[in-house]
Amino acid sequence: MTAAGHGSQHPDPHPDAERIELANDRDAIDDVENTIISLADTHGYSQSAQFALRLAIEEAVVNAFKHGHRDLPEHLTVSIEYFVNSERIFVAVEDQGPGFTPSDVPDPTLDENLELPSGRGLVLMQAYMTRVEYVGRGNRVEMELIRAELPEA
Amino acid sequence: MSSREESRLRIAEVDGVIKVEFIDRNILDEANIQAIGEEIATIVDTNEAPKLLISFANVDHLSSAALGTLITINNKVRAREGQLRLSDIDRQIYEVFVITRLNQIFTISETAEEAMASFAG
Repeated sequence: MTAAGHGSQHPDPHPDAERIELANDRDAIDDVENTIISLADTHGYSQSAQFALRLAIEEAVVNAFKHGHRDLPEHLTVSIEYFVNSERIFVAVEDQGPGFTPSDVPDPTLDENLELPSGRGLVLMQAYMTRVEYVGRGNRVEMELIRAELPEA
Repeated sequence: MSSREESRLRIAEVDGVIKVEFIDRNILDEANIQAIGEEIATIVDTNEAPKLLISFANVDHLSSAALGTLITINNKVRAREGQLRLSDIDRQIYEVFVITRLNQIFTISETAEEAMASFAG
C-alpha cells in the first residue's frame, strides 16, 4: 500500500529531521504530537492540516506499539523523526517489530469489511497525508504533508 | 448509572433514552477507549432493547481505535434489538466517518435533539 503517485513521489526524509525515542506512554505520545503540531502552527499550517497531522501521527504510533511491538517487551521504544518547514511536513515512525505487508490488511472500507473493528488507521493516514509509504521490512512508515497539495492552499 | 470512579463518560437517562457524553476532548488513549467500551457495553447489557444516544459534543479528536469500539457497541446494541444514534459530531470528525464509510453504518444526527426524535418506538 505505497502512496499513490508517479515515479519518485515518495516521502522525502530530511537530513536535519529531529529524532525522538518514544515510550508507550500517553503523556509522552501527546508531547511529541504537540511538539510537531506546534511547529506546524508556527509555520502557518491550517487548523485542518493540524487535525490531519495529529490523527496520522496517532494512528502510526498506535500501530507501531499495538501491532509492531505485539510480541515484544513493553519497554521498547518507537522512534519518531520529524521535519517541518513552510512547504512540507515529514514524519517517520519506526518500530522494532518484524514489520508487515500493508496489502495484507483487509480494506475496511469495502462493504463486506465495514464492520471489522480494526484496520482503519492505515486508511486514515493515507486519506489525511499527501504521501504514505511503508519502507524497510514494513516496520517504518514515512508520511509527508505537502502544503501546496492541501485543499486550502 | 456508573459508580466507576474513573468514568470518562457522563451518562443520563432522558425519556427512555440513555444519553452518553464524553468527558475528554481527545478519545485517543487505548486504555481509556477500552474502559469506555466496557462501560457502554455494561449499559447495553443491562437494558432491554436499549435506546442509546452517544453525543460527541465535547470531542475534538478520536482515533481508529475509538471507531472500532463504536462498531463493537453498535453490534451489541443490535444484538439486543436496541437502537444507537450518534450526534453532535464536529465537522472534522464527521469527515473521519466519511473516509472510513462508517457514516453508512451509524445513524448520525446533527444535534442530540434530532437524535432523540429519531428513535422508533
